[in-house]
Amino acid sequence: MNSVIQVEGLGKTFGATRAVDGVDLAVRRGTVLGLLGPNGSGKTTTVRVLATLLRPADTGHARVLGHDVVAEPAAVRARIGLTGQYAAVDEALSGTDNLVLVARLLDLPHREARRRAAELVERFGLTDAAGRRVRTYSGGMRRRLDLAVSLVGRPDVLFLDEPTTGLDPRHRNEVWDEVRALATDGTTVLLTTQYLEEAEQLADDLVVLDHGRVIAAGTPAALKAEVGGQRLHVRPLRPADLPAVVASVADLVFPDAPAVDATGELTAAAPEPGVLLRAAERLDAAALPVAELGLRLPSLDDVFLTLTGRPADAPEEEAA
Amino acid sequence: MTTVMTPRPTAPTPVASRRVRVPAVLRHSATLAWRGLTKTVHSTEALLDVTLQPVIFLLLFVYVFGGAISGDTGTYLQYALPGVLVQTVIFASAGTGTGLADDLKTGIFDRFRSLPISRTAPLLGAIGADLVRYVTSGVIMLAFGFLLGFRASGGVLGVLGALGLVTVFACALCWVFTALAMVVREPRSVQGIGALVILPLTFGSNVFVPTATLPGWLQAFVEVNPVSKVADAARGLLTGGAVAAPTTAALLASAVVVTVFGPLAVTLYRKRT
Repeated sequence: MNSVIQVEGLGKTFGATRAVDGVDLAVRRGTVLGLLGPNGSGKTTTVRVLATLLRPADTGHARVLGHDVVAEPAAVRARIGLTGQYAAVDEALSGTDNLVLVARLLDLPHREARRRAAELVERFGLTDAAGRRVRTYSGGMRRRLDLAVSLVGRPDVLFLDEPTTGLDPRHRNEVWDEVRALATDGTTVLLTTQYLEEAEQLADDLVVLDHGRVIAAGTPAALKAEVGGQRLHVRPLRPADLPAVVASVADLVFPDAPAVDATGELTAAAPEPGVLLRAAERLDAAALPVAELGLRLPSLDDVFLTLTGRPADAPEEEAA
Repeated sequence: MTTVMTPRPTAPTPVASRRVRVPAVLRHSATLAWRGLTKTVHSTEALLDVTLQPVIFLLLFVYVFGGAISGDTGTYLQYALPGVLVQTVIFASAGTGTGLADDLKTGIFDRFRSLPISRTAPLLGAIGADLVRYVTSGVIMLAFGFLLGFRASGGVLGVLGALGLVTVFACALCWVFTALAMVVREPRSVQGIGALVILPLTFGSNVFVPTATLPGWLQAFVEVNPVSKVADAARGLLTGGAVAAPTTAALLASAVVVTVFGPLAVTLYRKRT
């Protein structure tokens, strides 16, 4: 069996809401799978079923490291780590005490538990704060501690439920670095996120959820390719030149007409990479200076818009 | 991978697995009880709740009401202390519900449940830590009472008996507040509703005033209120008087509360978590 996490036809209903509706996914050992979708798309429910917190699922099967999450929850729990959306650490305890608590619950002897706690405190840059109550921690410190706590038992599989929600860019980068390092060390990671950038940065594979269903799956590059190939972007230095720029490149990007957005940028599907050179030549010949000129893959925002007909950050009225 | 043998908690072989699992549950519960106590010790509010509250209760009731009810505070101290002891542990047992609601809300229980420990360990750990809190509050109150001049004619055995009895009652009552926490969810609401339950139970009893001074309809309530029975038993054990009948009634009331609310609380807990 190659897949460390294997989910087939998973479904879960809460009252009248079908939170997860027939999800299939597989995560290979040592890779990061990004579960992407807006609020209420079923990401958290899927993770909670996989982490044995919600059971049983109404339909389908889920196996983690070969163990069925419903039939053998203890075997699953022994080898997973979980970092929740709301940083589930004990605010009234110190950082060290939080780590020792989990180490003791994982049956590490006293001395070993202390040593493991000290090791993780140092690795996550919490040495100065280790003896302080978590209540006094910043959001970034708390999230790092949360991640550290989920690693106490050296899990083979790590579930990260929106690990960087609410973090500033610096702390977000720290968490990202740590996730990359874990995957390099062979940990299998399932990560949920609403941030397309995060998925792009971390995930080897992506599964896009909407209304509890998988609407797309594949590598980030494959998903982008599915949505469309490279696109030509031109931003004239002088906004007034925009109509002239459009006119000079229009036949290069035929048959689709170039689109112009509110910021004064032209975008158009590029049928082949040579378009870039020819566009540059023409703009130069017409003496139309540009601020930006390039070929880009569509962003995951474009992916989401294409797949669902709405931007990723515009969830629909219902929230599950 | 499917050939790997793993313990199946859903279908345990009765004898063999019980020998292995019971110590693990107790060990994990003890660890979680340590967490609860560490939390209390690190938190000034929680610590004051356990230590200062019984002292303030005793001072207020004895010096505010003592003269009016018994003529002098010394006499009233003898009458009221056993009852205030009961009241103290009842308040402490309501704290069990607030603490659990808080844990459920913050998501720390999800963390515990993602670990390979028994599902009941977090509940047992919380109650274990609270048991220590009940006893601590009770001991502080008694010690302060002796400082104020309380005389326990029942001797050491009487004091230990009274402390044990009120602790048993608090442990029984904590299932009511545990069930409440599972239904209400919001810690502040648990505290509010808890107070609505506690105030009539403690004041509508013979904790502060002898039953005979009350209007007839209230006497009827006070007579059946288990708090009165526990207070009577504590009074008997500490200062002399009937012991057997009120103690039996108090233990019976505790047993009834546990029988009704224990399974209810555990069912709600399992459903909730």
